[in-house]
Amino acid sequence: MPPATDIRAQIEALRPYLLRFASLQLRDAAAAEDAVQEALLAALAGEASFAGRANLRTWLTGILKHKIVDAIRRQAREPLLPQESEDAPDDFDALFERNGHWSERPARWGNPDGALEQAQFFRALEACLERLPARTAQAFMLREHLGLETSEICKELEITPTHCWVMLYRARMTLRDCLQQTWFGK
Amino acid sequence: MMLTCKETTRLVSQGLDRELAFGERVALRVHLAICIGCRRTRRQMMFLRRAMRELVEIDLKAS
Ligand SMILES: [Zn+2]
Repeated sequence: MPPATDIRAQIEALRPYLLRFASLQLRDAAAAEDAVQEALLAALAGEASFAGRANLRTWLTGILKHKIVDAIRRQAREPLLPQESEDAPDDFDALFERNGHWSERPARWGNPDGALEQAQFFRALEACLERLPARTAQAFMLREHLGLETSEICKELEITPTHCWVMLYRARMTLRDCLQQTWFGK
Repeated sequence: MMLTCKETTRLVSQGLDRELAFGERVALRVHLAICIGCRRTRRQMMFLRRAMRELVEIDLKAS
C-alpha cells in the first residue's frame, strides 16, 4: 500500500476535476466548493476503504455524488428555485401540426459524434444547458450527469414520476432544438 | 394504436428513463419505421446522452 501522503497528493490533484463535476450540477461555485470539500474530508477520513480499489477518481466521484445530492436536498428546503408549472402550455406546439405530426421535420445531424472531439461544441452545449429553466436543468443534470434513476430524482425533487418525465422530455427537446440552432444548423 | 410524432417523441424520451411497456415498444417501432423525423429525434436524444457523459472531461482536456 502506498504511503498516505501519496494518496493525499493524488486526491489533491483530482480537485479540479471534482470541482467541475460538482459545478455542472449545482450551478453555484460556493456550493460546489463545499460539496467537494465535504467529499474530500469524507474520503480522507475513510482512506482505508480505498485500499484495493482500482480507480481513485471513480471512488471520489462516487462520494462526491452523495454530497451533491445532500446539497440539492438542502437547497430544496430553501425555496430558491421558482416552481415551474407542471401544466405549462405545451412549449413545442410550434414544432408540430395540430394533428400531432411534424410541422418542420428535424434536420439530419450527419455524424454528430465528430462534435465530441471539439471543445467548441461543448461550449455550445453548456450555453444551451444554461438557457434551460432552473428546475428542468436540475432534473436533466441529475439524470444525465449524475446518472440517477428517475425514481431517485422524483424523491429528491419531491415530484411525481410523470412530472419528472415531462421535465426530462422538455429538456431534451429544448436542447435538441438549441444545438440545431447554435451548432448543427450552422 | 397509431402514434403521432408528438406522442412518439415523448415515448422516445421516456424510453431513456424507464422500461417501456410491450405495447408502447411495438407502437414506437411501427412509427419509427415510417417516420424519418422521429428517427432523427431519437438518434439526437441518444447523442445528447453521450455528449453529457463527455461534458465533464472537456475543460480539463483543453487546459
Ligand atoms: Zn414521427
